[in-house]
Amino acid sequence: MADFFNEWWGIGIAIVVAISIAACALLLWSQSKVRVKIGTDGKPLPAETTGHVWDGNLMEQNNPLPLWWKWLFYLTIVFAIGYLIVYPGFGARQGSLGWSQVGEYEKEMKDGEAQYGPVFNKFLAMDIKEVAKDPQAHEIGQRLFLNTCSQCHGSDAQGGKGYPNLTDTDWLYGGDPETIKTTLNEGRHGQMPPMGAVVGTDDDVRNVANYVLSLSNSAHDPIKAAIGKPKFAACAACHGIDGKGNQVLGAPNLSDKIWLYGGDINTIMETINKGRNNQMPAHKDILTPAKIHLLAAYVWSLSNNGTAAQVSDTDVPAIKQISAATTLDK
Amino acid sequence: MKHIPIIPVPLDEVDLALFEERKKIYPRSQKGWFASWRWVLVVITQLMFYGTVWLNWNDRQAVLFDLVTRKFYIFGIVFWPQDFIYLAVLLVISALSLFLFTAVAGRLFCGYACPQTVYTQIFLWVEQRVEGDRNARIKLDAGPLTARKFSLKFIKHFIWLAIALWTGFSFVGYFTPIRQLTLEVAGLTLGPWETFWLLFYGFATYGNAGWMREQVCKYMCPYARFQSAMFDKDTLIVTYDSERGEPRGSRNKKVDFKAAGLGACVDCGICVQVCPTGIDIRNGLQYECIACGLCIDGCDQVMDKMGYERGLIRYTTEHALVGKLDKQAMWQRVFRLRTLIYAAILGLIILASAVSLYYHVPLKVDVIRDRGQPRITEAGEIENVYRLQVMNTQESPRRYSVRVLGVPGAVILNNADIDVKSATARAMPVRVRVPPNVLQIGSNRIRFVIQDLDAEDVSVTEKAVFIVPR
Ligand code: SF4
Ligand code: SF4
Repeated sequence: MADFFNEWWGIGIAIVVAISIAACALLLWSQSKVRVKIGTDGKPLPAETTGHVWDGNLMEQNNPLPLWWKWLFYLTIVFAIGYLIVYPGFGARQGSLGWSQVGEYEKEMKDGEAQYGPVFNKFLAMDIKEVAKDPQAHEIGQRLFLNTCSQCHGSDAQGGKGYPNLTDTDWLYGGDPETIKTTLNEGRHGQMPPMGAVVGTDDDVRNVANYVLSLSNSAHDPIKAAIGKPKFAACAACHGIDGKGNQVLGAPNLSDKIWLYGGDINTIMETINKGRNNQMPAHKDILTPAKIHLLAAYVWSLSNNGTAAQVSDTDVPAIKQISAATTLDK
Repeated sequence: MKHIPIIPVPLDEVDLALFEERKKIYPRSQKGWFASWRWVLVVITQLMFYGTVWLNWNDRQAVLFDLVTRKFYIFGIVFWPQDFIYLAVLLVISALSLFLFTAVAGRLFCGYACPQTVYTQIFLWVEQRVEGDRNARIKLDAGPLTARKFSLKFIKHFIWLAIALWTGFSFVGYFTPIRQLTLEVAGLTLGPWETFWLLFYGFATYGNAGWMREQVCKYMCPYARFQSAMFDKDTLIVTYDSERGEPRGSRNKKVDFKAAGLGACVDCGICVQVCPTGIDIRNGLQYECIACGLCIDGCDQVMDKMGYERGLIRYTTEHALVGKLDKQAMWQRVFRLRTLIYAAILGLIILASAVSLYYHVPLKVDVIRDRGQPRITEAGEIENVYRLQVMNTQESPRRYSVRVLGVPGAVILNNADIDVKSATARAMPVRVRVPPNVLQIGSNRIRFVIQDLDAEDVSVTEKAVFIVPR
C-alpha cells in the first residue's frame, strides 16, 4: 500500500466521503418541497408538476411519495455516518470496531479450528500406526493429502520426476512414522553437489554412471563400469561404498531400480555433472500438529497397511487381472 | 367612522411538501366470487407453506434446504450444487408463467397469489374479527384511547405477532429440520442465525402485512413497476364501464334511470370502500390496482339489489370495451398469438424439465487430471493420474466400478471399485496406464465410466484428456 499511497490519500478520500454525504443530505432537503403560487382564495394552488422542465416540455408530475420514504432516505445518511464510525471507510480511519480483513480471516480460521479441531485432535493421542488403521482417519488423511501434498506427489502419491513415490518402501530419509512426521514438519532439503569436476573428464563421468547402473543390475557397459568403479570413491562419501545410500543424509540408494530423476545413462550423467537440489517445504507453520499427525499416518499407511487404494509398480499380477477385467471399446 | 378593511398581504408563493402523509385505508370486507377465490388461494398457499415443512420422507424431512452441506432435499430427490440448472429452470418457468398470466389477465398474481396479498388478507381478517368492519374501525381509530380500544389493539397485535412468528418459524424450518427446531425453541437453545431469521422473517410478515400493506404494492414492489409493459389491448383487466355507468348519481330504485338521464352507477362508493389499495376504479385503470376483483364483487351485489344487469365493473379488455365485442370475440382475442407462444414455450420447458428430472441419474462425477508431468515407465508406458470426485446423491450407500474407455490397451492400475456412503462425495485417485506408441503426443480423449454395481441404469460417462509427453 505504502508504495502507491501516502497519507494524503486518506485525507482526500475522507473529504470526498464527507462532501458526498453532505451533498446527499442537501439534495434531500432541497427536493422535499416545491414552490407554488397562491391562488386568489389565499390557498396554495395544487402543484401539478414539481416545476422541473427538461428539453423545453418534459415535465415531472407531482405524485407525492409517502412521507416515510423521506425518513428512510434520511435514515440512510444516519446509517452511513454510523457505519463510518464503526467500520473503516472514512479515509485512513480504522473504525471503532477495529474490523479488518486480516482479522476476519484469523477469526474464521479460529472458528474453523474450534469446530473441526476436536475431529482431528482425537487422533493426536493415538499412535500413528493405530491411526493408520482407522477408516475415518484414513479418509481425513486422504483429503488432507489431496489438498496439501498431491500437487507434487500426485493424487495417487506415486510422485513423478523429481518427486518421490510415497507408496513404495524406498525412503530417502526413512519411512518410520516418526521420520515421516519430521519430514512433514520440518521439510527436507536434498542436495547433491555437482560432482563432474571431482570425478574428472566427461569419459570419467560416463564410466562412473555405468558403474552406478551396474549397482542395480540395470543395463550397462561392464567395461566402462569397471573403469568407473575406482572413481565412485568420490560418491561413496554420501552413497556408501556399496551405493546403498544413507538415510541420515538423504542420499538415495543407488542399488535399487528406483530413480528420482530417471535411470538412463544420460540422466545419471546429468545428475553427476550438475548435481541436484530438492526442496520439500516445512509444513509445521501451515498445518496444525493434529493434521500433520493424520497426514503422517496416511502416508505411512500407503506403503505399510495395504489400506491404500494404490497398486505399486511391481504389482504386475494385479495389473494384469484388472486389465483383463477392464472392458475396452473397439 | 370609515372602516378600513384589513386585507392580508398575500405572499404570492409558498412551499408545498413533495412527500405526503400516508392516508390509512380501511378496506370494507367483501364476499363474492372473486373474494372466495382469494380465500381459496390463501388456503392453498398456506397449506403448502405451513404444511409441507412437516412432511416426512425417507426418515427425514421431505423438503429441506440444508445450506451447511449444500444439499437440497425435495421428496425423493437430493439436489446438489451441481444441479443449479434446475433452479435456473424454475426461475425461467416462474418468469414465463408470470408473462403468460399477465398477458392474459393482468395482475392475477398480485391479487391472488402474492405473499404480500395473502398475508395482508389474513391479517386484515384478524383485524375485522377483533375490531369490526370498516366503519367500526374508522370510529375506533378516531376515538380516544379507552380501555376497550387498548385491549382490542392489544389482542389484534398479539394475534398478528403469533401468526408472524409462526410464519418465521415455518420459514426457518425449511433450513433446519423443523422437529429439531421445535425442540430448540422450546429449550431456548436456538442458534444465533436461526434466531435472527426467525425474528427477521416474522417481523417482515408482521410489518408488511400488518402495517405496510398497500404501501408495499404501491411504492416498493418492483413487479408493479414493469407489469404494464406486459399489458396490451387484449389483456383482461378490471374495468369500470364508464359509458354504461356515467353520469353517476343516487336515485330511487323505482325510477327509470335511463329516462332520468342517469347511468348505471348509483355512486354508492362500495367499489372504493372495498378496494385494498384505496383507489377509485371509476377513474380508469391505475397502476395501484392489484386486480383483486373485490370491486367487481361489490358492484355486482349493488347491481343485483338495484335490479340492474351485472358487470358495470368487470374483467374485460380494452378492445372489447371500445369495440363492444361480445364475450366470444373477446376471448378469441385473449388467446392471441402472443399468449399461445408463451403457453407453448412454458409447456415445452415444463415438459423438458419433467423428463430430465425423471431420467435424473443419482450419481455425479468430476474428473480432474493431476497437473504434474505424466510418468513414463521403464517399458515406455505412459501414466496419467486423475482424481475422480464421485458423488452419490442417493440416500443409501453405493459401490461403483470405474472403467476407462476410448484408448486401446488402457488400464486402470488401482482397485477399480469405490464405496461411497449415502449422499456424500468421495475423491478417488485413478492411475491410467497406456502402452507405448498407441497414442499421439499431446492430448488424447479418454472416457471414464462410473457404474453403480447394484443398479444397471445408474452410470455416468465423463470425458477426460490423456496427455502424452514428448
Ligand atoms: S380497483 Fe378493484 S380490483 Fe383494483 S385493487 Fe381496488 S378493489 Fe381490487
Ligand atoms: S360499486 Fe358500482 S354502483 Fe357503487 S359506486 Fe362503484 S361502480 Fe358505482
